Amino acid sequence: MAPDTPTAEPLESYRSGPDAHGHFGIFGGRFVAETLMPLVLELEAAYTDACRSSEFQDEFDYYAEHYIGRPSPLYFARSLTETLGGAKIYFKRDELNHTGAHKINNTLGQILLARRMGKSRIIAETGAGQHGVATATVCALFDLPCVVYMGATDIERQAPNVFRMKLLGAEVIPVTSGTGTLKDAMNDALRDWVANVEDTFYIIGTVAGPHPYPAMVRDFQSIIGRETREQIQAAEGRLPDALVACIGGGSNAMGLFHPFLDDAVRIVGVEAGGLGVDTDKHAASLTGGRPGVLHGNRTYLLQDTDGQITDAHSISAGLDYPGIGPEHSWLHELGRVEYVSVTDAEALEAFKLCCQAEGIIPALEPAHALAHVTKLAPQMSKDQIIVMNLCGRGDKDIFTVAQALGVEL
Amino acid sequence: MTKSDRLAETFARLNAEERGALATFITAGDPDLPTSAKLLQRLPGAGADIIELGMPFSDPMADGPAIQAANLRALKQGASLAKTLEMVSTFRTEDEVTPIILMGYFNPIYQYGVSRFVNDATQAGVDGLILVDLPVEEDAELCDPARTGGLHWIRLVTPTTDEKRLSTVLRNSSGFVYHVSIAGITGTRSGAAGSIDDAVTRLRRHTSLPIAVGFGIKTSEQVAAITKTADAAVVGSAIINVIEANLDDQGQAEPALLDNVCTLVTALAQGARN
Repeated sequence: MAPDTPTAEPLESYRSGPDAHGHFGIFGGRFVAETLMPLVLELEAAYTDACRSSEFQDEFDYYAEHYIGRPSPLYFARSLTETLGGAKIYFKRDELNHTGAHKINNTLGQILLARRMGKSRIIAETGAGQHGVATATVCALFDLPCVVYMGATDIERQAPNVFRMKLLGAEVIPVTSGTGTLKDAMNDALRDWVANVEDTFYIIGTVAGPHPYPAMVRDFQSIIGRETREQIQAAEGRLPDALVACIGGGSNAMGLFHPFLDDAVRIVGVEAGGLGVDTDKHAASLTGGRPGVLHGNRTYLLQDTDGQITDAHSISAGLDYPGIGPEHSWLHELGRVEYVSVTDAEALEAFKLCCQAEGIIPALEPAHALAHVTKLAPQMSKDQIIVMNLCGRGDKDIFTVAQALGVEL
Repeated sequence: MTKSDRLAETFARLNAEERGALATFITAGDPDLPTSAKLLQRLPGAGADIIELGMPFSDPMADGPAIQAANLRALKQGASLAKTLEMVSTFRTEDEVTPIILMGYFNPIYQYGVSRFVNDATQAGVDGLILVDLPVEEDAELCDPARTGGLHWIRLVTPTTDEKRLSTVLRNSSGFVYHVSIAGITGTRSGAAGSIDDAVTRLRRHTSLPIAVGFGIKTSEQVAAITKTADAAVVGSAIINVIEANLDDQGQAEPALLDNVCTLVTALAQGARN
């Protein structure tokens, strides 16, 4: 079994994972049924081939610019910086992307790959609905049928996103198996894939799942970090001192972090602490879980002593997942990235602060990152720089926030 | 392999009787631990030649609705990997002949500890393992230590396993080979008879191990048709469905549950005895 305490052994490069078998240290891998294994290998070969294709890269770049609206701005949050009185705070504005979050960077990449592979049907899982919307969007764009699996519990609390997906032509299938949440939606998507092996491409929404998904999703999301490097150089003439991003599965964080892993930059991932990591109502897999195997990879999981997966809790549906991408587990054990947690209440405070100080309604997910920034910035000097990934906008969350604040809409 | 190889002995005996084997699947602890233990004990008498015992898991990704529900029922009643092994130990005090294969997902075993599990499973009288989410690519996790410890490692071969992959998949496997008749989850459709025959014929060219066929097999007629060419037919969800149908409104086992499951198993066994 893996040691539970991080062991800091410096590597020559932290950007070297995964190995040929999809392992990041002991994490990652391909823990899938034999029926899916040939498909996973086919996907890996197709992705490797696409990576070498300038045509594929050009197509991605074209849609990234003209459809998603990239590059997203790197914005100096002056008012917030003054309020907190420490380091300069920049927001990477991925909430300004088409569909309102970073998710579409990945669904664009995967649907272009699906087309390249000649697949004619798309499936996806979704929690909050952001990945479902981003998948339904690119399916509408490229005229492919789209089936989205969504936990029945989540369908109830994310009604606007369900309607969006339907408007975009997707079929949303309520998942009642298990506990009817994101992990069960992922189970049902995998069951669909097993039963439709000929024509179906499974667009996974985060840096998890069997190899090559964690690396592939990271690569598509790394556009966030690559742009940030250029933009901060242009604005400040140097790299930032710290990066902060929220983590559910961890795709927005990995996208920001990966291009900086070998630089002298402090990197902090913020997990959802729910009602507190000392309670059983949180979603902090690294802080409160231990290594296990689920959904095709070995990674930190919330589970009981018998290895049964337990439910995650967060005010933010997008962070409400009992696992985390395997590369994060690896970076955690290597000690390269710091992982902290923020409670529902702290995220809500940061949500309000962002609205009032910057005129930006953030999604509850990056509100977690911001809550940590409010702790970190005052400890740093005024000539230091923090970049935070503002990975989604909060329109989808206004009902949840209103309820949490006791306001009736 | 094992001191007495119950699987090899079973297939040799049935071969001599010129009939195929009926393998039955139940989930350990479904619908509750005592009922499940009694059912396990009665299965051989009802006609099961091989028992596949499901190790409950919260997220059974390759299973259909019937077995998913069985897993959740078992867990709700306090089932665990340790209790599954206890069930096998108890079963072995009265039955030294019927092979028991544990089937399930890796995480509960990983948390239990691989070497501890291999040791305890062997001690309890387990004969082999089927791990749905451990393909040949992950053999180092459990396949290698389990085989070293004397347990059979039974692989699933599926309609997507192509010719080139087949030889890799068959390597390091023993006991029997489990042909999954469809690309899909348990308890849904079954493969067409012709395609099953073709698949079994293809497998015979690659292996001398006995071949079992499963997924979507519900009736005595299907068992009969499959055991004409294959060495064993596996029935799971159809049995679980009878368990589910014999629960009261509170999910408690009704008195007739055991008899009704055994009646089905006996009928299925007739198919293997034609």
